[in-house]
Amino acid sequence: MTGEAPVTVKDSCTGCGVCVSSCPFGAITIEAGRAIIGDSCRVCGACVDACPSGAIEVAKVGVIDLTSWRGVLVFAEQHGSVIHPVAYELLGKGRELADRLSEPLYAVVLGKDVKPKTKELVSRGADRVFVYDDPSLESFRDDPYTDVLAGACREIKPSIFLIGATSIGRSLGPRVAARLKTGLTADCTGLDIDPETKLLRQTRPAYGGNIMATIITPNGRPQMATVRYKVMNEAKPDPGRKGEIVEKSVNRKAITDRIGIVNFEPAADQVSITDADIVVSGGKGLGDAKGFELIRGLANVLGGAVGASRPTVDEGWIEYRHQVGLSGRTVRPKLYIACGISGSVQHQAGMRTSDIIIAINEDKEAPICRISSLAAVGDLYEVVPRLMEKIKEYKTRD
Amino acid sequence: MNIIVCIKQVPETTEVEFDEATGRLKREGVAAVINPFDEYAIEAGLRLREKYGGVVRALSMGPPMAEQALRDAIAMGADEGWLATDRVFGGADTWATSLTLALCIQKIGPFDIVICGLKTTDGDTGQTGPEMAEHLNVPHVSYVNEIGEVRDGKVRLRRNLDDGIETLEAPLPLIITVSKDINQPRLATLRGRLMAKKAEIKKITNQELGKDPKDLGLDGSFTRVVKIFTPPPPLGGEVIEGSPDELAEAIFRKLKEEKVI
Repeated sequence: MTGEAPVTVKDSCTGCGVCVSSCPFGAITIEAGRAIIGDSCRVCGACVDACPSGAIEVAKVGVIDLTSWRGVLVFAEQHGSVIHPVAYELLGKGRELADRLSEPLYAVVLGKDVKPKTKELVSRGADRVFVYDDPSLESFRDDPYTDVLAGACREIKPSIFLIGATSIGRSLGPRVAARLKTGLTADCTGLDIDPETKLLRQTRPAYGGNIMATIITPNGRPQMATVRYKVMNEAKPDPGRKGEIVEKSVNRKAITDRIGIVNFEPAADQVSITDADIVVSGGKGLGDAKGFELIRGLANVLGGAVGASRPTVDEGWIEYRHQVGLSGRTVRPKLYIACGISGSVQHQAGMRTSDIIIAINEDKEAPICRISSLAAVGDLYEVVPRLMEKIKEYKTRD
Repeated sequence: MNIIVCIKQVPETTEVEFDEATGRLKREGVAAVINPFDEYAIEAGLRLREKYGGVVRALSMGPPMAEQALRDAIAMGADEGWLATDRVFGGADTWATSLTLALCIQKIGPFDIVICGLKTTDGDTGQTGPEMAEHLNVPHVSYVNEIGEVRDGKVRLRRNLDDGIETLEAPLPLIITVSKDINQPRLATLRGRLMAKKAEIKKITNQELGKDPKDLGLDGSFTRVVKIFTPPPPLGGEVIEGSPDELAEAIFRKLKEEKVI
């Protein structure tokens, strides 16, 4: 792979169409009397043999020319034409990396009616925004998004390609990386540039967060990473910033789309504890079942889910699906607030790898206090309502 | 249906230690088990077989000792166990792993569905399933929480996304990764265990795949681990006392500082 399109059509193409039927992947179309190789091309070479004019060539496989890949590309995920905030975090980190390399920062956005969103991406740091605005890209599907993004990468040739580690990003990223024949590092929480080699150093947790690994992609381009949401700093908007908008067209005929969306049910506001970024849990310290009303209140204010220690479930104060711990669910939110939970080893097993742990407990010797980033020693019935007031006040001030 | 379930053998605990000098994980004395997420994949495969008939083949890549994970899958009810094992497969990242597994799947024969767990508890990437789908040029659906009717070469699936649940219709052959809420994996029966003990585990080496060794394993991987370290322990120790208002204020400031609000 040279970084150029691996399959090229020469001027001697007559547009006869023999290659179209030869392609097992339906990747070829004839446009204006000439064969066009689409993004679903797998470089199998069937068309090369089929072409009566010898007009199709497959680039020789060899070492890729790393220097021809420049810049940092950010995938701006959108839902209903609204940019996912993880994109602004990627732009924040991406700008930093691009500046370290003295290379440009690009963003790519796919969707329907997303053109107006490109300004925001420029104001958040993108030097150039590639926009694929097409009704066929309205909702995320792995197939067409992979085709378009892989095509975009072959054209833009970024040295680094960052995707948010959302459910969409973690499904799409591997597909694109495999298509581009490059490495992908999952769920990164740290990114920087090696000062000597200029390679991207990608740091991520493994073994349930018990170890961290730093990973490089020396021989594949782009260097791809999915990046955990709410870890990097969001780029602040600068409305005066200038950038270029590049409108790209989508060749619908050359795009695969094998899976149909039948229906989408938006999640009810009650977040499941395993997926939640914030979990507020209650323990025996609540005193009775009614105490969970307070826990729910705090969880709602924070947009989090409600967790519980095993004794509260055993007492029947709350359903089992809320149980955190060895015999319940393992959670790993960004924030875990333990209210009135002493923190047995079994409970810890289900939440210890949370990014931030805050405990509210009357007993400062409770094990939970030793593993918490912050342990407030006091009566949760006194502290939690005051905390909720402060958060509400802060949120309405925005 | 021809069902393939991809499984991996992982350390029983994620509380692993590693040798600071070599960066290698200390695996001695740590029991190895089927990746817990893969048990849901096995169960999903078994339920499909119960409904539509067919064969459930468990496939794994790993050292010879990974045979035990395949026996455990057979004990749960899988019909066959296939182990891709060869020194040249070792040290693979998700690219090289998914490539090797894809080649094995082609070797095993036609399939209707390949089922993988959501991710493994050791690598935590969740990338191998989708990458395998790309190598095999079949569609994939991640985070499946319900497998519906299979009819006319298509299957209805529900999957968890960050903001809701999506219902999809996907053509077979297909690769899916399943989430933990899809089912409750069954326990192995005594009869299953006895069968598993006697079962022949089919081995696939690179001799069968015929691939250039430099395209596989560590050599065929695009990524390199350059450093392994223990994350800083949770910043325990900041224990504060004071009036309820002071405590609430301290927590509030912490939430702001950590950008949670």
